[in-house]
Amino acid sequence: MTVPSATLDITEQPSRLRIVGDWTLAHYASLKRECERLGSQYGDDTQVDLSQLGRLDTAGASLLAELLGSERLSRCTDELPDASRALLKNVYCSVQDYCIPVKEPEQPVLLLLLARIGRAVDQLWQDTNQVLGFIGLILQTLFLRLFQPHRWRVTPVVAHLEQTGLDAAPIVALLTFLVGAVVAFLGATVLADFGATIFTVDLVAFSFLREFAVLLTAILMAGRTASAFTAQIGSMKANEEIDAIRTLGLNPIELLVVPRVLALLIALPLLTFVAMLCGMIGGAVVCALTLDISPAMFLSLLQSDIGVQHFLVGLAKAPFFAFLIAAIGCLEGFKVSGSAESVGAHTTSAVVQSIFVVIVLDAVAALFFMEMGW
Amino acid sequence: MTEAVIEARGLCNRFGSQSVHENLDLDLYRGEILAVVGGSGSGKSVLLRSIVGLRRPNEGTVRVFGQDLATLDETQRSLVERRFGVLFQKGALFSSLTVTENVALPLIEHAGLSRADAEHLAGVKLALAGLPISAADKYPASLSGGMIKRAALARALALDPDILFLDEPTAGLDPIGAAAFDQLILTLRDALGLSVFLITHDLDTLYTITDRVAVLSQKRVLVAGPLAEVEQTDDPWIHEYFHGPRGRAAEDAALRARQER
Repeated sequence: MTVPSATLDITEQPSRLRIVGDWTLAHYASLKRECERLGSQYGDDTQVDLSQLGRLDTAGASLLAELLGSERLSRCTDELPDASRALLKNVYCSVQDYCIPVKEPEQPVLLLLLARIGRAVDQLWQDTNQVLGFIGLILQTLFLRLFQPHRWRVTPVVAHLEQTGLDAAPIVALLTFLVGAVVAFLGATVLADFGATIFTVDLVAFSFLREFAVLLTAILMAGRTASAFTAQIGSMKANEEIDAIRTLGLNPIELLVVPRVLALLIALPLLTFVAMLCGMIGGAVVCALTLDISPAMFLSLLQSDIGVQHFLVGLAKAPFFAFLIAAIGCLEGFKVSGSAESVGAHTTSAVVQSIFVVIVLDAVAALFFMEMGW
Repeated sequence: MTEAVIEARGLCNRFGSQSVHENLDLDLYRGEILAVVGGSGSGKSVLLRSIVGLRRPNEGTVRVFGQDLATLDETQRSLVERRFGVLFQKGALFSSLTVTENVALPLIEHAGLSRADAEHLAGVKLALAGLPISAADKYPASLSGGMIKRAALARALALDPDILFLDEPTAGLDPIGAAAFDQLILTLRDALGLSVFLITHDLDTLYTITDRVAVLSQKRVLVAGPLAEVEQTDDPWIHEYFHGPRGRAAEDAALRARQER
């Protein structure tokens, strides 16, 4: 088989350009180099000899078209088979329409950096605005529907309650049980130096009732439920289902968001309660096994030392966390645009935002409760 | 008769208890444009997926270029698959890449071109498929349905395949675009010796560019042959399909176009 090439024969006058062999994708790189070398060397009077051209595909045709140009191509293709000529003509016409888009000149790095920071700040402002607006929208819908019991959507609420509450209960229980045990171990180790191991009970009970149970549950829900909400609503958005809901004269907030928010509002406090119990059981198990504090003693210490307000302080935070997690999860779902990639990006964003908001709010709440002396 | 590039023999495809194909035989000959028609849900796309190896048929064999894809090892299989160009129904462009990158990807991965060369060639293919330049740097999410079809065709053509599989290529295109698409496929077939496996509902495409038509009905290929032959087959569905109002109109239009030429 002949090696495909383009050679310029300048021994004759006028010079001849010979195109030889298969001009196909397999030889594209080497042929392109050759064409670039030849491009400037031949003049207007050069004869082109295509008689030895072998197979031709779109890649080869585009090279030939670029090498020869339209006029020469139309003059010298008579000897080619019809099919190749048609391909060349087609490729040539489209190459003519096509030109490489001009890249914008690069800007200085410092300017780009500033622009990026500016965009990020602007984005943050808009995101906050959107979250607040969305929360307002949810509250408005909730409030309006509150007085119309015939329009309550009980079935979706129960379905979401199962998904977000019941299905999450085992993982929440296991996780908090383990953390409770770990906290008790830490307490036992540190407090043993002061001969105060008995206060391990207080440590576990305080930390779980006030902070750990609700915080751990909320973080778990942010990872598990916020992402699920975003993915569900996001893929509906990508599939134009949200638009379909709107054109049917229905309200997507009422149909999709309110049931999810309500479900999480019910589920998160319940799960928090489960988490408190399991955390303290984990602590009690460690106390019984390593510190000789029997479960009965653990209970009596709980009863005498720990006021009920700690339980209330912990539980009071749960609905706020629930509302924010659900709102952020749903809002990110609505922000999805078209592609599958966008669903992924917004799911990540929903998890990050909701965990961030939960921890910030918890810190603020801790300060507030401390100042109030609750 | 010329050699068959695809031979499907005794193909059975079942989903649970529902069977889509029973004992289906089909050949695609080198250099022909074969249109597969059939009612919605008659398993046209499933047939395409079985042939290109995306779905392992429950029974039967598919031989491509004389080789059974299911029995080949990974490298050989990849070599055969490079000779396929597939245009999926919804385009299936990679959403994280721009249109140009979508077309350049197989060129970089398989043809070993440098990025600049690949993108240049990708531009040519895009132009060939009739996509405006302004769309080349866009992401698929911001393209219209017709543009996605064209970009996907450009990607299917990237490696200059031997067999082109087209799943409803003209659906969703405007009539001008659809006609240009038909002509483009004809030109490419003539120039490159492509074999084209075409699933379509577009009667105009059927009458203008196909060499043979295979009718998929009752879980098998009811009849396969030149259009004139298929039209005359004595089957109520086929009769309805080709001699219904739309069928007649398309036939008349194709006839008129031929006379004018």
